[in-house]
Amino acid sequence: MQYKLNLNKVSTTLDLLKRNEKGVIADFDMHKVPLKLLEMGCLPGNAVELLEVAPLGDPIYLCINDTHLSIRKELAREIQVELVG
Amino acid sequence: MKKKIKVALIGNPNVGKTSVFNALTGLNHKIGNYPGITVDKKSGVAKLDDEVNATIIDLPGTYSINASSEDERIVLDLLFDPTNEDYPDVAIVVADIENLKRNLLLFTQVKELGFPTVLAINMADHMEEKGISIKIAELEKKLNTKIVLISAKKKLGIQELKQAVLDYKNFSIEPCLNATAVDTEFFSKLALTFSNLSVFKLWMIYSQDIKIGNIGKKEIEAKGIHLSENEIKKLQHKKTIKRYQFINDALKETYSRDVNKASDIRTKVDRILTHKVYGYLIFFFIMMLVFQAIFEWSSIPMDWIDEQFANLSTWVHEVMEPGKLTDLIADGIVPGIGGVMPFIPQIAILFMFISILEETGYMSRVVFLMDKLMRPFGLSGKSVVPLISGNACAIPAIMSARNIENPKERLITILVTPFTTCSARIPVYIIIIALVIPDTRIFGFLSIQGLTLTLFYLIGFLAALVSSWALSKYIKSERKSYFVIEMPNYRTPIIKNVVVNMYEKTKAFVVGAGKIIFVLSIIIWFLGAHGPGERFENAEQHITEVYQDKEVSEEELSEHIASYKLENSYIGILGKTIEPVIKPLGYDWKVGIAVLSSFVGREIFVGVLGTIYNVGSGDENDEDGRIKQKMAAEIWPDTGQPVFTLASGVSLMFFYAFAMQCTATVAIVRRETKSWKWTIYQLVFMTVLAYVAALIAYQLLK
Repeated sequence: MQYKLNLNKVSTTLDLLKRNEKGVIADFDMHKVPLKLLEMGCLPGNAVELLEVAPLGDPIYLCINDTHLSIRKELAREIQVELVG
Repeated sequence: MKKKIKVALIGNPNVGKTSVFNALTGLNHKIGNYPGITVDKKSGVAKLDDEVNATIIDLPGTYSINASSEDERIVLDLLFDPTNEDYPDVAIVVADIENLKRNLLLFTQVKELGFPTVLAINMADHMEEKGISIKIAELEKKLNTKIVLISAKKKLGIQELKQAVLDYKNFSIEPCLNATAVDTEFFSKLALTFSNLSVFKLWMIYSQDIKIGNIGKKEIEAKGIHLSENEIKKLQHKKTIKRYQFINDALKETYSRDVNKASDIRTKVDRILTHKVYGYLIFFFIMMLVFQAIFEWSSIPMDWIDEQFANLSTWVHEVMEPGKLTDLIADGIVPGIGGVMPFIPQIAILFMFISILEETGYMSRVVFLMDKLMRPFGLSGKSVVPLISGNACAIPAIMSARNIENPKERLITILVTPFTTCSARIPVYIIIIALVIPDTRIFGFLSIQGLTLTLFYLIGFLAALVSSWALSKYIKSERKSYFVIEMPNYRTPIIKNVVVNMYEKTKAFVVGAGKIIFVLSIIIWFLGAHGPGERFENAEQHITEVYQDKEVSEEELSEHIASYKLENSYIGILGKTIEPVIKPLGYDWKVGIAVLSSFVGREIFVGVLGTIYNVGSGDENDEDGRIKQKMAAEIWPDTGQPVFTLASGVSLMFFYAFAMQCTATVAIVRRETKSWKWTIYQLVFMTVLAYVAALIAYQLLK
């Protein structure tokens, strides 16, 4: 499921999003991302927004594909996103 | 004879599955155990129509058939075991109208297993306010199933849901998509291995390493199927993507949501509850409220229950013929059971709060706030829930560790939770503090007794943290850690759910503890009321001779006889045997017996001392006062010094703070960890720590 990155868009990783920044999930290494996260809707092409960062900087609180969930930054680091807007 | 069918209730967490269960079954619940594990299995009976009843089995919330936690494993195991007595005829998949997309993933999997499946879309009463519209008929066609819109909270659509279930024989049991298309070659090869099972079932057997009948992973491999872990994972990912593509297509024309109507209340509340200052303040405030409630609100019903048992004991003595049986009931069983029953209000209140915190969605925010703080100790934010619940009772607390995905964090949480100050320690602390800590105040308002109690709560919590830190250095993690938690929308708690949960949990505690205490109080009474040899038999004669020249009242004389009898009873001999071990901690043999018996359950300490000090015969209405007076009057026979001093009291409290004195917890740890090794490590570690801490405390303060 290699995804071609569009070089005109700003691409980053999920942990580097700022509050209220939106993006589209681009790609990730499937060995490092648990199946459960995919099953909750974290798939290439789905919209993602960072809602909150925990007071101590970790974990982060996201809305992916209409599902609200929280993951740690170490996992978010593995997920590439393209910024939107 | 009514027809009976079996219906499994399946759904994601936080979709209101429990409310649907309650709405379908009323209060006809049965809590049982799944074979081999301690997860509560909830089932109830729903009347579908005049001819058909349905047994509804409420399965734990899961996001997928692929199990990633213990809870989810249960769903997998049931749906793949046709020989299981609960194997369903029909499946109801409960979905939340707001999260339909994600909920449908599980639906497609359940349907692919070949069950007639009804899709119940819950919280449909919120459609308008959320700006959601669904074309039901079209979606039914696309998913090839029956859909019912319901609101379990407002009891809407429940009748329609029952009707739909009744019609299950007419359902299509074909899968709604062909997920094998991701690798046709492999799956057609897999399908040929055992043609009596569907390719999806074969795939689940292979990828999840489960068995159906005698077909397991090995048997499939024997037929020439070989995939590496990574290849399995890759296929799982591909299938998930394929399923979501299908779901997106199905929903594209049938489900729409007006984004402008999406409420921003959630965003605002989140901002406050997860704020770096207010977030922690609110959490702290809520915890204060919970503890305040546990101690303040419960004192009146506690005293009342206490009094009823004291009265019951007197009543038994009055009504029944004097004799051994009467003594056994009035002095053994009634005070024994009565020792633990006063904790019912505390436990009920705590479960009420935990249930409310979970129902509202607040617990997930606590997990989010605390995760980073807990990590240096080898714990996860999810460990907070067991550590909070542990202040009521370690048993449900340890069970609630089940949703921690990381095995290492889960194991550590289970191992340290018993350090938190459970309600069974409270009676021990209270009576010792009242005995050895002066009832004075610092600055005129801070009670030293209250401070001491608070201090022991802190000591328990710190012990949990320090030992998890040590364990995290020692336990090697075989799996890479990850942490995923859903942040559900805020909801007003449904009172019925809270009450039902509170009732069920409290009942489980009372019945569980009651049984043990019942048996144990009979044993202790028996051992105390009987003894070997002549010394016990001739106690009365012997003491009467000793005291014949001294002036003693009838009552004093009978007390002397009783205590001489006790010393020469089985329990007295046992106590004398262990005295050398416990003497360095500052306890005499009677305290030693109480401590030793407390390994069954800490709450029986006071009761056992009561039985040993032979209080039962005195003024029943002031039992507590009498035990305290008796304890205060106890002296070492050789030195004449009181047994309960500051040194021995503090030593006792340290012992109770750390020791693993609860057979029920030991049993639950064994079942949850599936390991005797860790269970025994925990038992030995906690008890050695308790001994050492108590020894140091006594020797320093002596």
